[in-house]
Amino acid sequence: MVVGKMKLTFQKRVKLAQGLWMLSWFATLGGAVTFALGCFLKTELRRRGEVMDNTDIHCVPNTLMIVGLASMGINYFASRICQDALDPGRFPRWKTFLKPFYGCSVFFTTLMLISVILSYIMKGSLETSLKIGLKNGIRFYKDTDTPGRCFQKQTIDRLQMEFQCCGNSNYRDWFEVQWISNRYLDFSSKEVKDRIKSNVDGRYLIDSVPFSCCNPSSPRPCIQYRITNNTAHYNYEHQTDELNLFIHGCREALVNYYMGLMNAIGAVVLSVFLLQCSVLASVRLLQTSMEAVAGQENVEVDSEGYLLEKGVKETFMEYVDPVLKLLWLNEVTPAEAKAEAGTS
Amino acid sequence: MALMKVKFDLKKRVKLAQMLWLMYWFSIMAGVLVFSMGLFFKIELRKRSELMDNNESHFVPNILIGVGLLACFLNASGGKICYDSLDSTKFVKWKTVLKPFLICCLFFNFLLIVTAVMCFAMRIPLEFTLAEGLKNGMKYYKDTDTPGRCYMKRTLDLMQMEFRCCGNNNYKDWFEIQWVSNRYLDFSSKEVKDRISSNVDGKYLMDGVPFSCCNPSSPRPCIQQQITNNSAHYSYDHYTEDLNIWKRGCRDALVSYYGGMMNTIGILVLMVTLLQIAVMIGLQYVNTSLSTLVNPEDPESESEGWILEKTVKETFTDIMAKMKAMGKGSQVDEGANEEAVATVS
Repeated sequence: MVVGKMKLTFQKRVKLAQGLWMLSWFATLGGAVTFALGCFLKTELRRRGEVMDNTDIHCVPNTLMIVGLASMGINYFASRICQDALDPGRFPRWKTFLKPFYGCSVFFTTLMLISVILSYIMKGSLETSLKIGLKNGIRFYKDTDTPGRCFQKQTIDRLQMEFQCCGNSNYRDWFEVQWISNRYLDFSSKEVKDRIKSNVDGRYLIDSVPFSCCNPSSPRPCIQYRITNNTAHYNYEHQTDELNLFIHGCREALVNYYMGLMNAIGAVVLSVFLLQCSVLASVRLLQTSMEAVAGQENVEVDSEGYLLEKGVKETFMEYVDPVLKLLWLNEVTPAEAKAEAGTS
Repeated sequence: MALMKVKFDLKKRVKLAQMLWLMYWFSIMAGVLVFSMGLFFKIELRKRSELMDNNESHFVPNILIGVGLLACFLNASGGKICYDSLDSTKFVKWKTVLKPFLICCLFFNFLLIVTAVMCFAMRIPLEFTLAEGLKNGMKYYKDTDTPGRCYMKRTLDLMQMEFRCCGNNNYKDWFEIQWVSNRYLDFSSKEVKDRISSNVDGKYLMDGVPFSCCNPSSPRPCIQQQITNNSAHYSYDHYTEDLNIWKRGCRDALVSYYGGMMNTIGILVLMVTLLQIAVMIGLQYVNTSLSTLVNPEDPESESEGWILEKTVKETFTDIMAKMKAMGKGSQVDEGANEEAVATVS
């Protein structure tokens, strides 16, 4: 059962070859764009790598880069094939090359589709990674004298100002952490001693946040100390005041930012995927229609082109079998398969 | 004796025309670049027009935009002329237009040089506008309830954070104005009453700065209130504390930002001027080489090309004589206005 059978006149074959050449160059450009987008995403993830606990999310840009490079290679060969397709003298040299070419192309094209879906699958992992990373960042905010952590304060401050967010889930995360270093606390003062005694771990906890949580859009000068104490500030009620500090948590802000980025990239990669599919289908059609007139005296006759000689499942098995043979997982006869199925 | 005479045969003429056509394409792109830079500069000025008291002059970016568009148009025409010069039938229609076109190009190049000089010179009025605008901006920082000024606080805060600066000349400018609105001051409190009675204008002045002056690179949490009071904070000496708040003034920061931008644009305009002069000279060669064919019927004959028909001095005296003749011509037509003509010549 042949899939995608099409009758092609000589003129149509010529037009197909020319159109395909143009299309494959666009697809090469698309592959380059995919690679560039993968690099860009990786750079953006690395910029904020200090507030991420693990690098699991990097599999998305890595896949994009691999797929981009592979796509450029595939489309380059596609353009070469279609250049030689109309010349019956040069076309036969591609014969042995075609089967692995199709196998690789289908594999990488599927990988392209998977990379788009991957970004949605990895959202949960990204969120967890950010949760842990931000928690640590906030905990080590005060350790500006500890090697390895001395830039945490700067990182968190810049992050909060740029993404207009405060704390991990919200500003109250700052109330649970001592974010003022002991170097700047006067231990002889009564207030400090009271606060340290008032909690189990002996930490100096205050209902205040760093200056980077301040919202510039607030009509009044920023209230960052004694936030929950309405009497400490004139004409202030912290339950109704929304503009004073940033209300979003940084985890939420960062996840939204990265998901937005990956959505936009996903849309572009999807269109490149469609372009690539059309290129591969056209190459296959051209190849089969040229093979039908191979060896004939008059090459200007009509011929038939098809996408798949057998059905989808049979073609798939045809490609996968050599790979499985290589891995020694091949099933030789149905009888043996049944026995194996019984044991496994 | 012509200026820079060169002998041309058909091959050389064709090569000249092709090269010139390519250079015209580059010039069109350069024109687009100048246009886009003018646009960019205009947008950047608009973005911070609040800090310049809405008083900034858009003269330079407007000129850049106009010059960019004019350059594109002139270069497109020049390219078309070059393209047609290879075909003698097509070139005939351009013959009469070519001399005025070249004079237009000459004036355009002068305009480009003037534009470049203005780009470099604009720094000075900009500095004055910014000084005035920032001073007023800081004055209106607290007026978040006054229509027309309610976004001044936000603008100033965002600017101080972006440009890493504090105040006009430095952070002490904030000590001289009341930047906390009366709406948020408890007038029954003793501290507030003391501060207000301590100065002539009845303003609430304090040695504190807004949060946007804070430097994130500081190892300690930001000290923005009671900055000059060493005893108010543990282990603090405001003379030695460098990293607490930004030391730079915003006028300095903005002037160097815009100054850098204008220097870059000025240098680019000068480079575009050089390119324009080169294509103008090339076009003059094409013009003269095609009008001095030894055998006008045979397109493959030899010819000569030059920049000026006579030497520079002779050309200059010729132009002066022509202008005098035009002046005298009008005198003959209007015989009555002798005094007016005397003042003219």
